[in-house]
Amino acid sequence: MKTFNYHSAKDVKEASKLASPNSAFLAGGMTTLPSMKLGLASYKDIIDIKKIKKLSGIKVSAKTVTIGATTKHVEVANSKEIKKVIPSLAALAEGIGDPQVRNRGTIGGSIANNDPAADYPSACIALNAMIITNNRKVIADKFFRGMFETCLKKTEVIEAIEFEIPQKSNYQKLPNPASRYAVVGVYVAKHKSGINVAVTGAKSCVYNDSDISDALKKNFSASAIDNVKVSSSGMNSDIHASADYRANMVKVFAKKAVEAC
Amino acid sequence: MKKVSLEINGKKVTKEIPEHTTLSTLLRDILNLTGTHIGCDTSQCGACVVHVDGKSIKSCTALALELDGSKVTTIEGLATNGKMHPMQEAFKKLHGLQCGFCTPGMVMSAVDLLKNKKNPSDTEIRDWLEGNICRCTGYQNIVAAVKEAASKM
Ligand SMILES: Cc1cc2nc3c(=O)[nH]c(=O)nc-3n(C[C@H](O)[C@H](O)[C@H](O)COP(=O)(O)OP(=O)(O)OC[C@H]3O[C@@H](n4cnc5c(N)ncnc54)[C@H](O)[C@@H]3O)c2cc1C
Ligand code: FES
Ligand code: FES
Repeated sequence: MKTFNYHSAKDVKEASKLASPNSAFLAGGMTTLPSMKLGLASYKDIIDIKKIKKLSGIKVSAKTVTIGATTKHVEVANSKEIKKVIPSLAALAEGIGDPQVRNRGTIGGSIANNDPAADYPSACIALNAMIITNNRKVIADKFFRGMFETCLKKTEVIEAIEFEIPQKSNYQKLPNPASRYAVVGVYVAKHKSGINVAVTGAKSCVYNDSDISDALKKNFSASAIDNVKVSSSGMNSDIHASADYRANMVKVFAKKAVEAC
Repeated sequence: MKKVSLEINGKKVTKEIPEHTTLSTLLRDILNLTGTHIGCDTSQCGACVVHVDGKSIKSCTALALELDGSKVTTIEGLATNGKMHPMQEAFKKLHGLQCGFCTPGMVMSAVDLLKNKKNPSDTEIRDWLEGNICRCTGYQNIVAAVKEAASKM
């Protein structure tokens, strides 16, 4: 790993001011540090944001759950409050990686990184999340732009993610047996305003499958998905699964999620 | 170079280190605590697991500087007065290791499991040890050792 200047920011303003095209924020470091070691990335400045108190914590209100950006996966997985109002979100966090990854990795780092196989982006789409940064609020649909790409500017710090509490929801994934990243993951959420079927792992970026959600709008049951055609065009194909297999798994895991709702 | 202060196995340590020093490098190369092993060096294998402020983490994937002020326990810090920790005893008794490369990480991770769950089932043990890879044992005796330790603790 090439060396860098290490800063521990005391507040969001300082973190943002230190940021440049040559810097990275350090949250859990579970992506940033390995990619620096592998020579895939190098930075002049590493800006640690973990000492900024206001970035961490969980708040539950009547309609929303707000999670601070540096809140660790283990804290979401164990949160009694989240388990009460959105149990599927706590379960998603519990399914990430392994205990040591969950003890360090953060929700903000996960969505800023937008790995095509990450779990949290699907929760953001399914639960109509608002991504709150130091200068705006962005709806999840507009936040995730493509493979490892978001609408974040270099100096922009995610402060919190605000999830809408659904009527029912569930997340099911086919985990990669080594890393637990989603080969395919489907998050189904039924809100008063509509149904979201967020799919991760299958394509280069998380997306909402409107064909499945339309079928569920007419009849919210697993069998309603039987007749939906999921095309393999645009699906990932790699050593873990072919595009056709992934397309089929989208249906299989969407059905599982609906059954478990 | 920057200064870092940590408490490692009960002893206060202060060192000037290059910014990119990971906790595992500090432990092994600077403090000579070579019980913590490095397998993959990229947070996949768990050979480097230690406890920081009571929680298990992969020491290859944490900068020493971000942990300034923390308490670190490594495999060298588990025994008390020359007496092995019950988890170490159980690994020895039940042959929970062959080459021993993964063992420090397995033991540290398993000790953290028992802090979270007093009497874990086989499935819970296997789930928890997801991040610890063993190339030798086939895991059977590791799971048996963790169960034995749970019954003794
Ligand atoms: C072995 C292993 C297994 C894993 N398995 C899974 C899995 O099953 N599912 C899954 O979803 N993930 C998995 N992960 C990823 C993990 O969940 C981490 O959440 C993820 O790597 C990034 O989070 P982090 O907090 O570590 O971010 P960091 O590595 O610290 O940062 C990542 C990126 O996000 C940026 N960033 C961080 N915080 C902010 C912020 N507040 N505002 C703006 N930008 C920010 C940084 O600048 C950096 O570019 C795994 C990782 C490992 C190492
Ligand atoms: S050496 Fe740290 S996880 Fe493999
Ligand atoms: S005993 Fe050899 S790797 Fe586990």
